[in-house]
Amino acid sequence: MSALEAGASLAPQEYAVTRADLVRYAGASGDFNPIHWSDRVASAVGLPGVIAHGMFTMALAARAVAAWTDGAEVVDLGCKFTNPVVVPDDDGGVVVRVAGTVKSVEDGLVTIGLEVTCQGQKVLGMPKAVVRG
Amino acid sequence: MPVDSSLVGRVFPATTPYAVSEEKVREFAAATGTPYAGGPAPATFPIVVAFRAMNDFLAAEQVDLFRIVHGEQKFAYARPVVPGDVLSATLSVASLRQIGGNDIIGTTSEIRDAAGDLVCSTSATLVHRGEA
Repeated sequence: MSALEAGASLAPQEYAVTRADLVRYAGASGDFNPIHWSDRVASAVGLPGVIAHGMFTMALAARAVAAWTDGAEVVDLGCKFTNPVVVPDDDGGVVVRVAGTVKSVEDGLVTIGLEVTCQGQKVLGMPKAVVRG
Repeated sequence: MPVDSSLVGRVFPATTPYAVSEEKVREFAAATGTPYAGGPAPATFPIVVAFRAMNDFLAAEQVDLFRIVHGEQKFAYARPVVPGDVLSATLSVASLRQIGGNDIIGTTSEIRDAAGDLVCSTSATLVHRGEA
């Protein structure tokens, strides 16, 4: 983990998200909220379309952290869900991009600030992870 | 339908114990594209248990899941979740406010193992979209 020095930029990771991914995530997580699979219900509650589970997007952020840190133990993880990731009903889906910067390395803990975007727009607010270095 | 403001401070009963199997962890890792070769679960896995607590809460308050949008989630981990853990979550309502016809519900959940030791504490903000 010597590359995790304060100020280091971490290689951005890009993940495509399709409707099929949302269905799989619903099954794995137990979150069957129809706003993640039904256009009809999503529209009825005023959403722009079927949206990814916030926790799915957060899981992708955690996946990037695991890739950067070789699976280091996470002690803290958090974000706000500021903009929905709207997932089209096609085969390509939409791309979520996770970038990261090492904010600090102190007392054996590495704090990573994240930037999670979709189509150029930030979708998570103040995403942050703290891992054991 | 505004959520009852007397809910703040209320602690809901612990969820029924959830046995973390390696198969379930593998399934969660696969669903999120996370490489998994055994050992600790991916960081967001505790949401599986926290979500059960949220579902119980919504059912008790007769709130429809489809009116809920996730506003915020934070995890503080005492240790990673590993297969073999038997976990339950205890949810309490930390805050409640109404903005523009929506209820903003702040919850915290403690996830404990079979010995009662804290594994993870997590807080969530749930946005309950009012009926237009």
